[in-house]
Amino acid sequence: MKEEIVIAGFGGQGVLSMGKILAYSGVMQDMEVSWMPAYGPEMRGGTANVTVILSDERISSPILHEYDTAIILNQQSMDKFEKDVKPGGTLIYDGNGITRHPERTDINIYRVDATEEAARMHAVKTFNMIVLGGYLKVKPIVKMENVIAGLKKSLPERHHHLIPMNEKAITRGGEIINEVSLVE
Amino acid sequence: MRELKLMKGNEAIAEAAIRAGVDGYFGYPITPQSEVMETLMAEKPWETTGMVVLQAESEIASINMVYGGAGCGKRVMTSSSSPGVSLMQEGLTYLAGAELPCVVVNVVRGGPGLGTIQPAQSDYFQTVKGGGHGDYKLITLAPASVQEMADFVETAFDLAFKYRNPVMILSDGVIGQMMEKVELKEFKPRWTADYIEQNHPWATTGKKKDRAKNIITSVQLEASVQEAFNHKLQNKYQQVEENEVLFEETMCDDAEYLVVAYGSSARICQKSVELAREKGIKVGMLRPITLYPFPTRQLQERAKQVKGILSVEMSAGQMVEDVKLAVECKVPVEHYGRFGGSVHSPGEVVEALEQKLIGG
Repeated sequence: MKEEIVIAGFGGQGVLSMGKILAYSGVMQDMEVSWMPAYGPEMRGGTANVTVILSDERISSPILHEYDTAIILNQQSMDKFEKDVKPGGTLIYDGNGITRHPERTDINIYRVDATEEAARMHAVKTFNMIVLGGYLKVKPIVKMENVIAGLKKSLPERHHHLIPMNEKAITRGGEIINEVSLVE
Repeated sequence: MRELKLMKGNEAIAEAAIRAGVDGYFGYPITPQSEVMETLMAEKPWETTGMVVLQAESEIASINMVYGGAGCGKRVMTSSSSPGVSLMQEGLTYLAGAELPCVVVNVVRGGPGLGTIQPAQSDYFQTVKGGGHGDYKLITLAPASVQEMADFVETAFDLAFKYRNPVMILSDGVIGQMMEKVELKEFKPRWTADYIEQNHPWATTGKKKDRAKNIITSVQLEASVQEAFNHKLQNKYQQVEENEVLFEETMCDDAEYLVVAYGSSARICQKSVELAREKGIKVGMLRPITLYPFPTRQLQERAKQVKGILSVEMSAGQMVEDVKLAVECKVPVEHYGRFGGSVHSPGEVVEALEQKLIGG
């Protein structure tokens, strides 16, 4: 099994930490992982993205030009990464702020309105965990127990009391994600 | 007990240094390597192993603090990124001229000048061809994973003390910033004063009555003395070239084409090799792990077998010169690489292979 993912959005949306939790979940499941952030000036107030790879075998390149899954959280990232999803691959996006929705018909498209849901849950900061939950519903590559273990590893101990809230957000993400049909 | 952690290459360097029993780290922050000192400061090794961690006032100060520590037989290191390493060149040639061991990490970013904070491999010439003045060499290790970032710290110190020579770990922004699984080694104690005195009698540890002064210097005003010293250095470098070459080969046995790449570019090319093989192109990869000494002989061997070689590096073409020198025009050698902070993708390397070697 190998899953090559890009997560892209605004700085501050928790893009990098979502990637880190996913990578740590892979470590907990005894998989090979890599986490490669775009650390350049673009992440300072602009867009942020991270490439995460989980694999049963040794990972070659941490840098990719096409992805099994793109998780897209703003319009700039949609413009940049929609074309880079492998044919037959998966695109997951939050509709908030998206003015041009994805148009490709050779990939599977899902929508998870996590911004809206996080606001409804009065837990804006769990936004990225709602997205992660949506992703794991579509691609259950790591077990929930390993995600929780990954959360524990990536959060400092003083934040461990927030784990149940994050777990709830992950579950909620799985419930609200919907496949978008482009076949009219 | 295997302890697996997910960490950045820069963090791995810091953790490995503490565990290897390093005596001192002197540095000055610069992206993309600042996590080295940040991690050391957070870990506070001065409270556990007694390791000194000090933010110097500049890179020039850092390398000269290293010079001082190394002169006392201590295991000392610094790290920086390209513009900072340029500032260290005077110190490096003095260290080489005084035959002092130390480890310097360069997490390379795009240049020239202040350049960009994004990854590059354009400091190859500076590292393996000199950088500072005079006939000296830096033993150079090029890690291609976070695990190697950790492992090479101790390897580098071993080599530095074996040959009394500075060792460079030449990394880049990709390996420094990415996170991977790392297995860290057990803690080793720092060397005691007695150990240093017995095993490194050249060190300035305080003169005893029964021995002559230890003088550490890189100045020999008499030309004949300086020439003799240079011969000594050259003999040492010959030993290094004979004994310390490290490389890794992937899918080379039946290869008709060869990619040569180091560090993060080698990781990218590993994927390119997989993609090209799917297309039926028989390509293999040779990854130099030591850039100095360079795996010249192995390249000569592979040149007998392949139709062409592509040197892939994140520069305008630096290592390609060493590949060409090794191959002696026996097969075509081409260069490919993005640079100035841009990183080539696995697909771009396959395209270059097809256009420059196969289709061409």
